[in-house]
Amino acid sequence: MTPEMHYETINQERGITMKTRTAILHSALLASVLALPGVAVARDLTVVSAGGIFQDAQREVYFDPFRKETGIPLAEDSWDGGIGVLRTKVGAGEANNWDVVEVEAEEEALGCEEGLFETIDPPTVGGAERYIAGSVTECGVPANIFSIVLAYDGAVFKDGPKTWADVWDTKKYPGKRAFRNGPKFTLEAALMADGVAAADVYKTLGTPEGVDRAFKKLDELKSDIVWWSSGNQPMQLLGSGEVAMTTSYNGRIRGANAENKRDFKIMWSGNILNIDSWVILKGSPNKDNAVKLLEYLGRTDRQVEWPAKLGYGVGSVAAQAALPADVATTLPTSPEHIAAGITVDADFWVQNIDALNERFTAWAAK
Amino acid sequence: MTTEKHRPRRALSANAVGIALVAPLALFLLATFFIPLGGMLFLSVDDRELGKVMPGTVAALADWDGAGLPGPAAFEAAGRDLVEARKAKIAGTAARRLGYEASAWRTTIQSTARALPRDIAAVTDWKSTLIAADDAWGKPDIWQALARARGPLTDVYLSSALGLQGGQDSTLYVNVLARTFVIALSATAICILLALPAAYLLASVGPITANLLMMALLLPLWTSVLVRSTSWLVILQKNGIFNQVLISLNIIDTPLELVYNRIGVLVALTHILLPYAVLPLYASMKALPRSQMQAARSLGAGPLNSFFRIYLPQIVPGISAGGLLVFILALGYYITPLLLGGQGDQMLPFYIAYNTLQALNWGLAAALASILLIATVILYALYVRLVGVQRVGV
Repeated sequence: MTPEMHYETINQERGITMKTRTAILHSALLASVLALPGVAVARDLTVVSAGGIFQDAQREVYFDPFRKETGIPLAEDSWDGGIGVLRTKVGAGEANNWDVVEVEAEEEALGCEEGLFETIDPPTVGGAERYIAGSVTECGVPANIFSIVLAYDGAVFKDGPKTWADVWDTKKYPGKRAFRNGPKFTLEAALMADGVAAADVYKTLGTPEGVDRAFKKLDELKSDIVWWSSGNQPMQLLGSGEVAMTTSYNGRIRGANAENKRDFKIMWSGNILNIDSWVILKGSPNKDNAVKLLEYLGRTDRQVEWPAKLGYGVGSVAAQAALPADVATTLPTSPEHIAAGITVDADFWVQNIDALNERFTAWAAK
Repeated sequence: MTTEKHRPRRALSANAVGIALVAPLALFLLATFFIPLGGMLFLSVDDRELGKVMPGTVAALADWDGAGLPGPAAFEAAGRDLVEARKAKIAGTAARRLGYEASAWRTTIQSTARALPRDIAAVTDWKSTLIAADDAWGKPDIWQALARARGPLTDVYLSSALGLQGGQDSTLYVNVLARTFVIALSATAICILLALPAAYLLASVGPITANLLMMALLLPLWTSVLVRSTSWLVILQKNGIFNQVLISLNIIDTPLELVYNRIGVLVALTHILLPYAVLPLYASMKALPRSQMQAARSLGAGPLNSFFRIYLPQIVPGISAGGLLVFILALGYYITPLLLGGQGDQMLPFYIAYNTLQALNWGLAAALASILLIATVILYALYVRLVGVQRVGV
């Protein structure tokens, strides 16, 4: 009897064959592989923005030069906004895979207050004086200046809508309308359509009657509204003819016209001006590199290239001053466009975003 | 060599091997399914958030009788807790929790935390300081809400999911649950109606044709649901292929509205779930000898009579298995209604995701998920009782 045979016999006596041994070994191996994802691994610095052509442009102007110049690996992700997403991400602790995020004004304020973001020491990101006065906050630096505007297809409406009231006029301008899913920007537009003066929009929204009035106005249009959530969708909806007009981030319209040879027009009347910020999520393991990224993003030679890409404004004072006039007049920050619209009231949304989100969701589901 | 004495030991070790073989799977299921599921069910009644942010207040209100305003100790505890919470940047958690009792109190907590002086030592009269920050503190309601929210367990999530909370939007989730079942049932009915002839065809053609047809049936299963849903969007949209064909054939003048409504959701759901209805039906039809129908006909039963009395009763297990599978899968669909439906066509999973990610009301999300789970189990049990478990065929 050879030793192997002996071994085989003993095992058979115990009721275990080599095959079952291998099987047990394999399942143990499988179990350990399945347990692996729980192990934390060092990850690259990750920047999160709004995706689509917007982030493509940011990559050209900011991210790729940053990668090239600093050699710091930079991963990207995209999101559609919402303070809840950030609360979840930061609440996930080590499982959070985002570091630098572009957020809207009230997300910046709320998140800063709730401790979701790292505080920023202005000198480490190039100094507050780099930017428009007051735009650098405890937790954020300006990322992008945009307006929510109404867009329509010039090939469909030769004489397009001039005011939000026109947008509500489905007889004169037949077809569906697309709005951003959520109360922010939608309630403002509804009140302006209902005849509230631009200067009084937030004063009216601040009262329960004003909120009721906005929802009542939205009721009129509800069956004709398609809701979008990601910044790419408005131009898809408009381009496919699914809707006759849509709200959109202003730069996407220019991008779509250039890319697809369309004649989409912008209604600047009643536009809603916003400043997005870059923030660093609390507990980021890449904080040092994140600060380096923020400093890089604010450099004048980078910022000055940004407006010509899609037509968004910049927070950098030096870059703003260096813009050629033909670019500056097309931006949301041109005096003409600022006079035609309103500036988003971040304080109002800090106070009310949660309650109005809830009400909006219930209203929309009906 | 083997003696009688060895046998029990061998049986025992064989059992041990069996257990060892199943153990990884059992552990895997325990870790990835049962423990998270239990955690989710518990989350729907868990109420310890406020106690973590405002421990002093919770302690001070423990023996309060709930009548009128609480004593000065409670005011002081609430004030100190809020100042601490603001420093630790966790006041938002308390604000959110109290907002579930009445949404105005979310603002009350936040603005009070903001307004209170950071220097606690300077405050002598906490009662007037709190009321000066927000006059809600001068009314008993908010104190009663704080007392209710002190934990450790609550029914606030389950009762708001079931619409028992009152208020203008309280029936939201009951309506959504009803809508979820209506959509899932409609998709199931359409799937079964379409699957019957399809499965019959599969079961009656030759093996080569059957293989080809089977491929055609299974091919979509290997494509992601997201891709299939988006494809339906392209086909069904206003200027999509479907409308263009109908218009060019002069069947319609203006494009039909087929997306961002119930039609779009049902078309895509049916397409995605159809294979799950066809396969069990095919199996039960294949098992049925063709000679039975011939025998029925030769004994004088008409085509309808023999179908309803001989064929249909014998494929009931296939119908029920397919129907049940489609129905339960349909209940959990998220991406398809999101892409193809309007706001009025979103199913319960949409609101679970909304409450998890956007509103960050995990208690309510867990309550909704629990209700969906329980309702499904009840329906399944009812169904098994009516049809019989051996006839479900799964």
